[in-house]
Amino acid sequence: MPRKKPGITSKRVNQIAPSGIRRFFDLVASMEGVISLGVGEPDFPTPWHIREAAIYSVEKGYTMYTSNLGMPELRQELAKYLKKEYKLDYDPETELLVTVGVSEGVDLATRAILDPGDEVIMADPGYVSYSSCVVLAGGKAVMVPTSEKSNFELSADDIEKRVTDKTKAILIGYPANPTGAVMSRDKLEKIAGVARRHGLIIISDEIYSSLVYGVEHTCAATLPRMKDSTVLLGGFSKAYAMTGWRIGYAASNKDIIGAMFKVHQYTIMCAPTMGQVAAIEALKSGDDSVNEMVADYNRRRRFMVRGLNKIGLPCFEPKGAFYAFPSIKATGLSSNEFAEKLLIEEKVAVIPGSAFGQCGEGYIRCCYATSLADIEEALARMGRFVGRHKG
Amino acid sequence: MIKEILKILENDARTTPAKIATMTGKPAAEVAKAIKKAEKDGTILKYKTIVNWEKAGNPQVSALIEVRVAPQRDVGFDSLAERIYRFPEARSVYLLSGTYDLLVLVTAKTMQEAASFVTRKLALIEGVQGTTTHFMLKKYKEDGEILADGGETKRQPVIL
Repeated sequence: MPRKKPGITSKRVNQIAPSGIRRFFDLVASMEGVISLGVGEPDFPTPWHIREAAIYSVEKGYTMYTSNLGMPELRQELAKYLKKEYKLDYDPETELLVTVGVSEGVDLATRAILDPGDEVIMADPGYVSYSSCVVLAGGKAVMVPTSEKSNFELSADDIEKRVTDKTKAILIGYPANPTGAVMSRDKLEKIAGVARRHGLIIISDEIYSSLVYGVEHTCAATLPRMKDSTVLLGGFSKAYAMTGWRIGYAASNKDIIGAMFKVHQYTIMCAPTMGQVAAIEALKSGDDSVNEMVADYNRRRRFMVRGLNKIGLPCFEPKGAFYAFPSIKATGLSSNEFAEKLLIEEKVAVIPGSAFGQCGEGYIRCCYATSLADIEEALARMGRFVGRHKG
Repeated sequence: MIKEILKILENDARTTPAKIATMTGKPAAEVAKAIKKAEKDGTILKYKTIVNWEKAGNPQVSALIEVRVAPQRDVGFDSLAERIYRFPEARSVYLLSGTYDLLVLVTAKTMQEAASFVTRKLALIEGVQGTTTHFMLKKYKEDGEILADGGETKRQPVIL
């Protein structure tokens, strides 16, 4: 009997569904005059003082590899920042690792802690890379439904119900993409309780931690007895408008960082040098620019949320990140249909909520990190659209 | 609240009170009242448009003039400054520390016109000891707005 021909691509990779909205992306890219609320990054360019520092570093010849862990000065600045922000002490020599954005951080963290079949509990809807990274690391993503009724916050009870002897970690990302939800300290404490009881690791994506509006963001690592069992993943992309620089960091105990470091060392070598120099400048004197951007986002946030509610797309109040996540159920359209029809009929791009998990069905993600004039025009177009399609 | 309103207006003077109310989360009536008050007490001086006159095909000549003056008893620099800032040609007048005293920004249609303001008016004012005129060659940025035509970098239209 002839040997069965193995597939060219690995079963593991085949397990990851191709993005269902790739076609939609291509369609957006091919059209003229589209107002996009479908972005996931600030509309500000990186503050000039940060760009200027990076330009200077290139002129001075900072063009070589850095330490695998990241530039010592950057790790020291990060340690200072985490001390100031969260009163947490991380040793810059053994407990901090500079990564290529939080994206690499999620990949490293899952690869560092998961054995085949290990389970990671996370929220649905949630950021697209979480479950895929878990699968690529050989693990299983266990989704916990969240809903508008509970402000899209994960509940400790729902997590508890899904804990098995295979459960290794809980992956959380608040303030959240796509919902803009912020996790209250109270609820996070209960989740930390579950983690402690079952000896689970919390992987916490803190990329939007600076972008909160009138509420406090609580970092899981700051809760009692949680620092050692939390992998804190932070980055510069959103707060400092530095998405293209690809700089993030991981902070945890030295065993986990050591394991993440092994993977990082052989796959990445080191994060981009120019980006690391820019990140040092951001940490040393970026506070004012962050505060100004946050104040500005907050104005647009109110404008967007109020506008969506007005045109008949009820929107729960997002307290963080830069996304609004309105319900489109009144139109009777699926979120894919809504996004595609809206694009074709009114040339406004939004992201269907279903791209972020089953529980995102019936919602769309609208990013308000775009000019006020564009938000206004987009809302007017969406208003017409909803008027026509109200079921 | 007024500071936030002023920031929004400084960026775009045409933002309506209703819009500002939405952006700040305050009632529209309160916002309108605060703006009225600021207009009345001189916190808001005027609503203007920043024009790139070169683009409008109507280039202007601008000059910065350093003025050294002899301060006068009792009134110091103020009375001399007033003699100067009353001229409509003087767009801005500042008292500075350093090697000279007043800095006057003059705009005119031609270089001759600007020069004649200096030689026939400004320099002849009693108390003015000397002037140094710097003609502007190129404006890169005006009131926080970059005038050069820089290509905007484009974001990817959709990113998850």
